Amino acid sequence: MTISIDSKDSNTKSLQPKGWLRYFSFSLDHKVIGIQYLVCGFLFYLIGGTLASAIRIELASPMSDFMPRDVYNQVLTLHGTIMIFLWIVPVVNGAFGNYLIPFYVGARDMAFPRLNAVAFWLIPPSGLMLVASYFVEGAAQAGWTAYPPLSITTPQSGQIIWIMSVLLLGGSSIFGGINFIATIIKLRRPGLKLMQLPMYCWAMLGTSLLVVLSTPVLAGTLILLSFDIVAHTGFFNPVLGGNVVVYQHLFWFYSHPAVYIMVLPAFGLVSEILPVHSRKPLFGYTTMVFSIMGIVVLGLVVWAHHMFTSGTPPWMRLFFTIATAFIAVPTGIKFFNWVATLWGGKISINSAMLFSCGFIINFVFGGITGVALAQVPFDIHVHDTYFVVAHFHYIVYGGTVFIIFSSIYHWFPKVTGKLMSEKLGILHFAITFIGFNLCFAPQHWLGLNGMPRRVAEYDPQFQFVNQISSVGALLMAMSTIPFLVNIFLSIKNGKDSGDNPWNALTPEWLTSSPPPVENWEGEAPLVEEPYGYGKPISQEN
Amino acid sequence: MTTLDSSKEIKKNKSEASEHHEDFRMFGLITFLIADGMTFAGFFAAYLTYKAVNPLPDGAIYELELPIPTLNTILLLVSSATFHKAGKALLKNNNSDTQKWLIVTALLGITFLICQLFEYFNLPFGLTDNLFASTFYALTGFHGLHVTLGTLMILIISWQTRPKEGRITNQNMFPLEAVELYWHFVDGIWVILFIILYLL
Repeated sequence: MTISIDSKDSNTKSLQPKGWLRYFSFSLDHKVIGIQYLVCGFLFYLIGGTLASAIRIELASPMSDFMPRDVYNQVLTLHGTIMIFLWIVPVVNGAFGNYLIPFYVGARDMAFPRLNAVAFWLIPPSGLMLVASYFVEGAAQAGWTAYPPLSITTPQSGQIIWIMSVLLLGGSSIFGGINFIATIIKLRRPGLKLMQLPMYCWAMLGTSLLVVLSTPVLAGTLILLSFDIVAHTGFFNPVLGGNVVVYQHLFWFYSHPAVYIMVLPAFGLVSEILPVHSRKPLFGYTTMVFSIMGIVVLGLVVWAHHMFTSGTPPWMRLFFTIATAFIAVPTGIKFFNWVATLWGGKISINSAMLFSCGFIINFVFGGITGVALAQVPFDIHVHDTYFVVAHFHYIVYGGTVFIIFSSIYHWFPKVTGKLMSEKLGILHFAITFIGFNLCFAPQHWLGLNGMPRRVAEYDPQFQFVNQISSVGALLMAMSTIPFLVNIFLSIKNGKDSGDNPWNALTPEWLTSSPPPVENWEGEAPLVEEPYGYGKPISQEN
Repeated sequence: MTTLDSSKEIKKNKSEASEHHEDFRMFGLITFLIADGMTFAGFFAAYLTYKAVNPLPDGAIYELELPIPTLNTILLLVSSATFHKAGKALLKNNNSDTQKWLIVTALLGITFLICQLFEYFNLPFGLTDNLFASTFYALTGFHGLHVTLGTLMILIISWQTRPKEGRITNQNMFPLEAVELYWHFVDGIWVILFIILYLL
């Protein structure tokens, strides 16, 4: 009944360097690749965060006095692209997915370890390429959406490098998606049923389906866009008879699902963390699974709600408004399930739990503004204003990034065998939560009052609120310091955590911490009830 | 030489190991082909939208002739059949027949590409002449790239099926099956492309 080890991999694995050096090598171990994704993503997060701080410093005054207008546009483009393609997507999918999924399905590695390593190693070079595109003459300045005609009329050498880099990152994402689908469907330990999988597996299965179905469309679109730039074809150039709205349709066919690619894994991760720290089974497992799959299906048919002001015909507006409103149903089910999981639980207030609760609060707020934005009359009023910026950041920062931090606090003992400092963790949470809400909550007001996004200068009447927002942004920047100090101190002198400091029941905790190279000393354990908390007294402290 | 030897060693181990668990490489390939198909779907969607909403400007030339693409369709459909023959021959452990059929398939693929180039050179419009011309070249070009890759892979596996020394045998059919599936996929895309670009 054992899952046999692919002997090719055990051969190559024994040749890998040991200790910390293996994190700098072409490793096939899913745990090493997971950490590589995380650290690489975090480095890009620091770059993207520095750019975000620069944007907020510029916006502290109504005139463009900190940087010229075109530099502002370039910084904004680079900030968006780095944060989405090099931080959120690789970390929340690649890092945690690679680390956890093989444990959850009871395997010794991913289905295709080599493809996995290739998928990771595409990221650092294309990330460097993206950052380098800033330094060439005419860096990309059309925003992360690269809408034509802006992207084909502004200086173009940077835009072409930008396209190449995003194409490579998309390729990496597709390879990762194929690997996750194969691992979850095909590599499950014998006897483990689909409906016994931890929720993160379901989230990653849904996410990977979205990646495989929608990312190729973005790739095709960007290839056409590069033809427009390099060969002067007219796909998206109205002067040559092309059609810009076609680009928007194709782009959002990927980029709306991309929002779920960024947030569905976070849904999965929070569903792992909440039951452990509130000592209760996950509420409504089956509804959770169907909600995820519902979001996957609906997520593919709502893209045009980004385009209500692009001359969209009325029937299309009606269809996409209704479809978008429907997404609120499965999302709402998940939200209530999390609250019901916490309800009456034996809650431990620690950093992981605080970040998860912060996620729930921020996410419900971002979700409500999302439903509002799906309504055509409201959307036309706030389209391309700071309201959209606020909504988006409530989902991806208040939602996903909070969960990334929560997951780091939760799984740090698993990876290192050391505990993190709770004091520094709570300090990190407090500064992040206050800074985040101070930064983005006022932007709703700015947007409702008509401050356009993506412009370096604004009407002086908005200055005070913008300054509040900038103070919040600087707090967020500072919140990274206690986090980094915590990581380094804990790796160096952290208390030993033992194998299972949280008394968790999911499979990754049923081996030593840090885990051995092939995950289990013997046979992989069969975990039929990953959330069976509150039953045997002996499990509780 | 040592690296070659060790890679052979690893390959041997691989075929031994794949006896232990189910082979899911085909599953991965199918997932990849779905993704690849979505790229084409994006292109087709763009082309059909252009056709619906963007009129051809006055004086723009966009006319396609049917004979060459019809011949190309037949070539690819026949090549799918010859590839199938190759697989059948390998099942019967007849490597020399497999190799023969694979080379026939590769020749059909090369003929397809030559016909395609011939069509390109004889069309009355170029890549940047108008929107439909651009879309035509982008779609057929992207498909042609797939045919080129497929033909190269067929040539590689036909070398690997050579009797006695080749690594593709009755016991190790995956490379052949994978390329076959890919080839059928490229054929299927061509049929859709033929209908959408030339017949509609």
